[in-house]
Amino acid sequence: MLIRLLRGLAAAALAAALAAPAAALDAATARAIATGDNDARIAALGAAVARAEPGLAEFAQALLDDAVKTTPAGAVLVVRDEHAVDAATGQPATVPDDAEDASNNNRMRGALAAALGGLRLLSKDPAARRAAIDELSRNGADPALLPLVDKAWAGETDAGLKAQLGRLRASVQVASPDRAQRLAAIDLLSHSDEPAVRALLQARLAPDGEADATLRVAIERALAQVDARLAWGERLGVLFTGISLGSILLLVALGLAITYGLMGVINMAHGELMMIGAYTTWLVQNLFHRFAPGLFDAYLVAAIPAAFLVSAGVGAVLERGVIRFLYGRPLETLLATWGISLVLIQGVRSLFGAQNVQVENPAWMSGGIAVASNLVLPWNRIAIIAFAVLVLAGTGLLIARTRLGLFVRGVTQNRRMASCTGIDTARTDTLAFSLGAGIAGLAGCALSQVGNVGPDLGQGYIVDAFMVVVLGGVGQLAGTVLAALGLGLMNKVLEGVAGAVLAKIMVLVFIVVFIQKRPQGLFALKGRSAES
Amino acid sequence: MTPTRRHFGLSLSAFAALAALAPVGQALAADTIKVGILHSLSGTMAISETVLKDTALMTIAEINAKGGVLGKQLEPVVVDPASDWPLFAEKARQLVTQSKVAVVFGCWTSVSRKSVLPVFEELNSLLFYPVQYEGEELSKNVFYTGAAPNQQAIPAVEYLMSKDGGSAKRFVLLGTDYVYPRTTNKILRAFLHSKGVKDEDIMEEYTPFGHADYQSIIAKIKKFSSEGKKTAVVSTINGDSNVPFYKELGNQGLKATDVPVVAFSVGEEELRGVDTKPLVGHLAAWNYFMSIKNPTNAAFIKEWSDYAKKNAIAGHKDKPLTNDPMEATYIGIHMWAQAVEKAKSTDTDKVIAAMAGQTYKAPSGFVAEMDPKNHHLHKPVFIGEIKADGQFNIVWKTPGPIKAQPWSPYIPEDKGKKDEPEKK
Repeated sequence: MLIRLLRGLAAAALAAALAAPAAALDAATARAIATGDNDARIAALGAAVARAEPGLAEFAQALLDDAVKTTPAGAVLVVRDEHAVDAATGQPATVPDDAEDASNNNRMRGALAAALGGLRLLSKDPAARRAAIDELSRNGADPALLPLVDKAWAGETDAGLKAQLGRLRASVQVASPDRAQRLAAIDLLSHSDEPAVRALLQARLAPDGEADATLRVAIERALAQVDARLAWGERLGVLFTGISLGSILLLVALGLAITYGLMGVINMAHGELMMIGAYTTWLVQNLFHRFAPGLFDAYLVAAIPAAFLVSAGVGAVLERGVIRFLYGRPLETLLATWGISLVLIQGVRSLFGAQNVQVENPAWMSGGIAVASNLVLPWNRIAIIAFAVLVLAGTGLLIARTRLGLFVRGVTQNRRMASCTGIDTARTDTLAFSLGAGIAGLAGCALSQVGNVGPDLGQGYIVDAFMVVVLGGVGQLAGTVLAALGLGLMNKVLEGVAGAVLAKIMVLVFIVVFIQKRPQGLFALKGRSAES
Repeated sequence: MTPTRRHFGLSLSAFAALAALAPVGQALAADTIKVGILHSLSGTMAISETVLKDTALMTIAEINAKGGVLGKQLEPVVVDPASDWPLFAEKARQLVTQSKVAVVFGCWTSVSRKSVLPVFEELNSLLFYPVQYEGEELSKNVFYTGAAPNQQAIPAVEYLMSKDGGSAKRFVLLGTDYVYPRTTNKILRAFLHSKGVKDEDIMEEYTPFGHADYQSIIAKIKKFSSEGKKTAVVSTINGDSNVPFYKELGNQGLKATDVPVVAFSVGEEELRGVDTKPLVGHLAAWNYFMSIKNPTNAAFIKEWSDYAKKNAIAGHKDKPLTNDPMEATYIGIHMWAQAVEKAKSTDTDKVIAAMAGQTYKAPSGFVAEMDPKNHHLHKPVFIGEIKADGQFNIVWKTPGPIKAQPWSPYIPEDKGKKDEPEKK
């Protein structure tokens, strides 16, 4: 560890020592790349890459970072951390007031990234080479870079990278005038799993692409092979999005599975308990922002218990204040909790304003992990799936293994008998209801990481939550889990076929039909307790 | 509630201003011109519309500070239609018949405008609509200060097809499921056909209002973009769905250099709070950007910053932002005031006649002109790329203002429709 650190420091010092002379780019070249018409800039950049000018990589990176300014006097400056350096001489400079930012549009940025990739192909560091090859493979190589790619390919020692470079070469050679070279290129490309290769092969099949009939057949075969590989990524993608939606549905419905499923309370304010959890997360985030900005990435650690406790507290007050008077009267409970939900929405609106509040993801939750060339799994979704599993395990254990769980099950199955054995049923009711509310708070905390947080947050999820619980079978955690995953997957598969709006309708229709045929849901309680 | 308190404070300050002008001030505080402000302050559209209410209040305060209109102070009446389309119609009727406002500034979504349109036509009152929209409408009672499709959507797609825009050959038309995205996409599809783009190279997708899960749509876009030529996305997603959409776009690593997304309803305000670093290079097309550099815009931004600070407007007091619909609101109110001065009356028909040909030096740096006939502004078009700081880098603009075509030439049924409202 220490050694690595020292080595890193030494490398940094070396780089700093080398930086000044390395930045010595020809002044006219720097100016030509930084200013003027995009066509001319790209031409100048290409020429500089071909000459492999020293300092070009640093300058291209500075341009990509929007760190380059030009002055009317003709100087090109690289400004980093408020220190300006002349791109040509490498000497420190001052930025005049009339300096203008060198601005790049997408096309320019693409060209810069490709140039940078080309330059780094010859880097000594295998990681830098790998990054450069990945960058070029993803976007499809520019024919102008072929000499560089050839050179890199000839000199590459790592077998994996060499194969990748070979495919990269092939992606240019596939359009070469030499038929044998084209055939070899097609053969190489058929081993690729890059979406860019699929696009490339498809373009070759267009009427103005490949003319040779046998080669067209070869291309079609290669395309089928690439497609088959990519199809796995796509299938996995649908599976993942389905599980991800399922995990959200599960979190949303789990609390309700306790309050409605086990206790029989039709709690229309369930969504608002989630909203309270989300707002608690937001408040904790703001506290961290103000008092511990250094620990900001860890704010969720505090937000999760806070969301649970606040929502559970509100739940306990609701149960003690309103719901306990209404046990056994579902219609009144429904109306009363609906009223409470409106009160809670309006309360939050008056306290925090009607606009959405912004909950930021911690930095480690942005971005994703690439598991296949065409499949990136976002970290925030993975985190939520893991969180849902944990919450489910916790709830399951609590209900199945603890004394409280035993009481809850006892009271649900036969209230009078439970009471006779000395269980304080009223207290059990309160605890169970606050548990359900607390889980709703956890769901709110999770939702704040993927969606918008506003006073109406709960309204969008309450229908889904009831759908999951009813479909799963009232009184069954296992049913809730299956129903959540099933609905999630079904929704995502249908969305892929029919679009988001139709998918939602189709899922609703399915549930209506299913409940008609099987009113007790997927899993039904059996035995005497089911009737009471 | 805040609006009432602010409203009270405003009329109080209006009273004070009048008292200061004692010699001319035979007019009592009651003798004001009421103007209605009809923007959603809650619900899915609040993310975009709330700030327009504040812009309207600022502009009215500015006009009042200069002595008002026809020597009278303007009195704003603010209502909240809560992103609920039928409620828009109710609130509009209430503003006109009960509050007796002379004019209403409001609406964002086309579905809300369609909902209030019959009310304004029936009561012969005036609406100023400040947002870009799909066209296909021309009412005598509405002035459209936002862009028509030929002032936003068409130039944006033309840019995407140009060399600098990435020479896109395939298009994903992605929108929220209601009248504006559907109509715009109908026009765009016809436009793309006219440019030789085939149906198999166009993918159209819609999501419900408030949709929050964009995973599968982005996966679909990725797949579509790997099936051949260069692909671009045209987004007409509206409201707070944009936040999860752009978050997902960043998380799944869909970069602007691979598949650029151009949006028509996303500006500086909608990107607030979104981590814009992964979004650098995605585009928006508008008639105004905050990053435009000219003295008028600098003054506009300063006026807004000061106003936001003074009134402690959430978000803007720390980080003031301006955007296109705010500019359109600002222009609209000033033009209305000029027209009332010209007509010497707030009578609807007289004001409509006086609106024709009104000009105003807009923060976009150009003089916006109300078309003598078609109730739309002549506006310049800008295309900007998102920068890491959430502002826009302008990469393309029209040489000057463009006349609006509310009836799109790309829709066959529009042939022969007159470029002015039918007289009633």
